Amino acid sequence: MGSRFPCRSGVKREALNVVEVEDVGPYRLVRVERGGLDPGLPGQFFMLTPPGHVLARPMSLCMASRVELAFLIDPIGPGTRTLSTVESGDSLVVSGPLGQGFRLDVPRPLLVGGGIGMAPLPYLVESLGRPHTILGFRTAWHAEAAALVPHADVIIEPSLVTEGIPAGDHDILACGPEPMLVAVARLGASCQLAWEAPMACGYGACYACAVWIDGRYRRLCIEGPVLLSPPEQPHKRIHHAVGAAQ
Amino acid sequence: MILNASGCLDAIASPAIAEGLDAFVTKTVTLEPRDGNPPARIHETAAGMLNSIGLQNPGIQEFLAEVLPELSTLGPPVWVSIAGSSSDDFAELCAMLDEHSDVSVIELNVSCPNVESVTDAVEKIVAASRRATTRPIYVKLSPAMPDLPSAGMAAECAGANGLTLVNTIYGLALDERTLQPAIATGIGGYSGPALRPIALAAVYAVYESTSIPVVGVGGIETGRHALESIAAGASAVALGTVFFRDQGAAQRIRAELAVEAAALGFADPLEACGIAHGERHPLVVRSDKLREIARKTGT
Repeated sequence: MGSRFPCRSGVKREALNVVEVEDVGPYRLVRVERGGLDPGLPGQFFMLTPPGHVLARPMSLCMASRVELAFLIDPIGPGTRTLSTVESGDSLVVSGPLGQGFRLDVPRPLLVGGGIGMAPLPYLVESLGRPHTILGFRTAWHAEAAALVPHADVIIEPSLVTEGIPAGDHDILACGPEPMLVAVARLGASCQLAWEAPMACGYGACYACAVWIDGRYRRLCIEGPVLLSPPEQPHKRIHHAVGAAQ
Repeated sequence: MILNASGCLDAIASPAIAEGLDAFVTKTVTLEPRDGNPPARIHETAAGMLNSIGLQNPGIQEFLAEVLPELSTLGPPVWVSIAGSSSDDFAELCAMLDEHSDVSVIELNVSCPNVESVTDAVEKIVAASRRATTRPIYVKLSPAMPDLPSAGMAAECAGANGLTLVNTIYGLALDERTLQPAIATGIGGYSGPALRPIALAAVYAVYESTSIPVVGVGGIETGRHALESIAAGASAVALGTVFFRDQGAAQRIRAELAVEAAALGFADPLEACGIAHGERHPLVVRSDKLREIARKTGT
């Protein structure tokens, strides 16, 4: 029974002191004291509760030290906007680590990040001994975040990050927008894709984070978020709720 | 007594949480497997959340073969939530569950906003289910029913052993950039803090019309909320949305409830069951505790 679920024994939920919040391009890097939390494996995530909100938000761990955890936030919605406004000295409820992370035992790692998808890469880079890393961004302003991975190749639109992937046999570890992950998977190399889905709970209770894999919807927080291939599109009719606009 | 709300906890994924409950309520099971709805299935709002999960479940056959045996190895009693399109469906599900001694209660989900509408009235569904099983039956009602006390009475007369009040209520949110519905199905079920006064009213109204136990559910986040539900007439409370934000909600609320109840003079929170009805409810006895509260609060 236990084998199909990520190990739960290290999951903790604590109110952590916010140490520092800084701008990184358009993103915000939120650093909290680590408290009793285990950073887990790269690719695992934490649920951060924006103060005053009903639900927490899933965030990859960006960086970890002995005393701090750091999260890179893109303020694109109500929850992430609130998270980006916390200040040093505030208390932030953090729960984790959750989900299945990257498999690190790969012979030829090549890291690919797109935009805010680079969030788990600094922690991943440290765990793998600074492998070749390529980061793609929309603008030079967004690309300021590449400072968090100093040795990375940086590609800015209109060039795409996938155009910068060298030929050859690689084990790609990728995180970024869905079209980028689909393009990476099409390259045919072995890949691990850090997928995303809206989540209410992050630990398998709510069934919100449904992704279609092998004939049914599965919980991304349990079977992922790191997947070996992109989820499929089910050819199913939407079952409209009673009273929904037709 | 503290339970989870159906669909808000997976005991197999989180056995430690389930073991802290007085009973575990399964995600609703249907005759046929259901895929559930396409994403996006949830959306947070200012005072709650919307969901259109769509009753994703493996169907009754796989549930009986794979899920129930595993649930039975955990500590708490198992309540099985079921749903169907007609009273025949409910009866068939009850008949299949009747044979399994591990099923402590069958909860009839006659009120989920995220499935095709049920064609038969509550009374007919309960009566058909009653004929099909001797197991205790609880009926989970929608807060949007035009006459909830009558529905509760009808359920009791048809043989229900208890009522779960309430299910989610229809809600809609629009994406801030596109002004299109934020969840894939458009309208979904609304839950969380905004539902709490609605749920409390439902418990209060039905308690005065029925004599069967009520599980109060809807937006409970603290021991105070649980105590209020009990005071309104609930003899158990179920936790839903709060679990998503706080895995330790059951433990925390159980402790808070004991403190809140003790502060008002109750050695056991359930001693407060129904006291919100004061002298107006004929079934409420003015105990020594109530007189003491009246003295302390100067009323």
